Amino acid sequence: MARYILRKLLLAIPLIIGVVTIIFFLVELSPGNVADKFFTPDMTPDVRALIVHKYGLDQPMMVRYLLMLKNLATFDFGVSMVQERPVFDVIMQALPNTLLLSTVTLIVIFPTGILLGTLQGVRQGSVSDTGISLTSLFFYSMPSFWLALMLQLLFTLHWHILPTSGLHDTVMYDFMSPTQKLVDRAEHLILPGIAMGLASAAGTARYMRSSLLEVIRQDYIRTARAKGLPERTVIGKHAVRNALLPIITLMGLSLPFLFSGSVLIEYIFAWPGMGRLIVNAIFSQDTPLIIGCFFVFTLVVVAGNLLADIAYAMVDPRIQYD
Amino acid sequence: MTAIVKNREVQAPQVTRVGLVVPGLGHLLAGLADRAGGAIITGVGLLSLDAALLWAAVSGFPRLHDVLFSASGGRLAIHPIIALIAWLVTLIAVWWASYRRAFPRQLTDAEFNSNTQVSLRQFYRSQTGMLGLYGALFLVVMALLAPLIAPFEPNMVSLTPKETPPSWLYLMGTDHFGRDLFSRVLYGGRISLSIGFVAVGIAATIGTSVGALAAFGGGWVDRGLMWFVDLLLSLPRLVLLLAITGLFRLKGAESLFLLIAILGLTGWMGVARIVRSQMLSFKEQDFVQAARALGFSDVRILFRHLIPNALSPVIVYCSLAIGSTMLTEAGLSFLGLGVSPPTSTWGSIINDGRDLLINAPWIATFPGLCIVAAVMSFNLLGDGLRDALDPKLRGS
Repeated sequence: MARYILRKLLLAIPLIIGVVTIIFFLVELSPGNVADKFFTPDMTPDVRALIVHKYGLDQPMMVRYLLMLKNLATFDFGVSMVQERPVFDVIMQALPNTLLLSTVTLIVIFPTGILLGTLQGVRQGSVSDTGISLTSLFFYSMPSFWLALMLQLLFTLHWHILPTSGLHDTVMYDFMSPTQKLVDRAEHLILPGIAMGLASAAGTARYMRSSLLEVIRQDYIRTARAKGLPERTVIGKHAVRNALLPIITLMGLSLPFLFSGSVLIEYIFAWPGMGRLIVNAIFSQDTPLIIGCFFVFTLVVVAGNLLADIAYAMVDPRIQYD
Repeated sequence: MTAIVKNREVQAPQVTRVGLVVPGLGHLLAGLADRAGGAIITGVGLLSLDAALLWAAVSGFPRLHDVLFSASGGRLAIHPIIALIAWLVTLIAVWWASYRRAFPRQLTDAEFNSNTQVSLRQFYRSQTGMLGLYGALFLVVMALLAPLIAPFEPNMVSLTPKETPPSWLYLMGTDHFGRDLFSRVLYGGRISLSIGFVAVGIAATIGTSVGALAAFGGGWVDRGLMWFVDLLLSLPRLVLLLAITGLFRLKGAESLFLLIAILGLTGWMGVARIVRSQMLSFKEQDFVQAARALGFSDVRILFRHLIPNALSPVIVYCSLAIGSTMLTEAGLSFLGLGVSPPTSTWGSIINDGRDLLINAPWIATFPGLCIVAAVMSFNLLGDGLRDALDPKLRGS
């Protein structure tokens, strides 16, 4: 197992180098660069040259590319051009917020999805099955950003129950007691969490249903029924447990999905996380920050895949790596 | 193996002849009589298409001259002509469907048990699949007929009715420029749907080629291509697209084509994987061995034997991918990175409505509902096609 993980991690290195290379040349080939933002019409050429030199943009492209790779090898992400702070610090400030949002979403969507999918699978073809199927497909087909807007419209603008956006209350937060702070943060989590998780929960329900239907057809389920076990035990102990195996893989794979979904959600809810960071970095052509963000996103993909593999091996004794 | 089924005498109740007068009514009545869900959904679907045709005729034909000429400053415009052709084609199609129902063609036993016919029957039996098919057809037809149906010019700025709520005159209300939202949504649907179709078409073509090349080339070609596929798959697609469109800022009239190309170029990896794995499993099968034994060339085996057999999962994948591509496009347009104004898509109309959520919530609501309807239709269609095309799932 340890050897398998090590091999996977080693294989991730060329992957990350490839991703970083693609992004670097994408930024390089795009028109304009970060220095343009600091130019004013009345600048002398000397000052312009100074600015260009400050960001190292006067060096040839290949030199900068190799320099970047060398720095990345020592986990030196450089300094954000716009924020003038180390990229590592900027990312470390944003990452926990996105992780919080994704984790809370994950914790809510999986039980919901599994429960709904089981209900459907047990009564295949019934009215409730079709009803849940169509409802979950409805949410599955919904653009998350539109759902976010509709939630804001209903819960904040119409009913005034929940806060519109942000991590916590901007004005009152500092004056709150710890309990109030916790409640306030939780309230701010609800809408982005729903907007981000509803589609995934619907997707999980779909997977769970088909997985359960596949398991129910197996011989060991027939055996369990034939030996007179009550249906509850057959479903609960034999069918659902085995049907959960592919869902566990899905859990690891949905982490990167949630991360990229966070781009739109964080933009709408002004959530200071990775999604908003990468959008701002792209808009200001802040090369080190863009590359740092993509590094993290790729790392999340690799970690998600690895987690899925490990979790799968842990729950299914038939799986043996290497 | 599907059991060989004897071709039953197809019952043609007299009632289906009604369909020759009102296409769809025959299906509906026969379906109600037989309690056959597929026929009922077909009937309702055809009736909805009838309604769209009638609407276009009533609203568009009296002002046909205006629609054809004046909108584009006296020149004959291309969109209304496409709309007219689409109107005729749809009319013929709905009548043909009703004619076939009233006078079914007698199939020989061999035809009856052919793969196509079995799949078609299976698909007809899946009610959700039919629902998706007719939902998608209805939206596509509405979008194609937009110049005939739309009561106003989509970009016509008018000063009097600003941000009016939905009414009989303005079915979906107007926006902050006084533009009729219903017309904008109809025209936006043309762009949104065609982005979905064309981008997925490009993706399917590239994906099939790469997958076939990897499976056929083997060795280091296979390893190299699949490594590249893995590389692209480990970049979250939305974020990659955001980087491309955000850095290059598509502008002007070409922005639509560039966006379609970019969506196509970032969406082919799934198809490549499917085609490759399909072909690897076919390569050792008897029919390919037989073709080889007959001395057919590699090219012929590839195009006549391997690709057609690998196509059905690709079709299913594409149907589902149209939905997800439309969602991605809507997300980009929502961030203001999609097609540049005044051309609008459903996503960019939602973006327009975002700032007016308090005063004019209808601007963001209606295009969103359209996206949901379209994506849901394509997802239902894809699910239905998967059940119908996959022999393993048949009869379950």
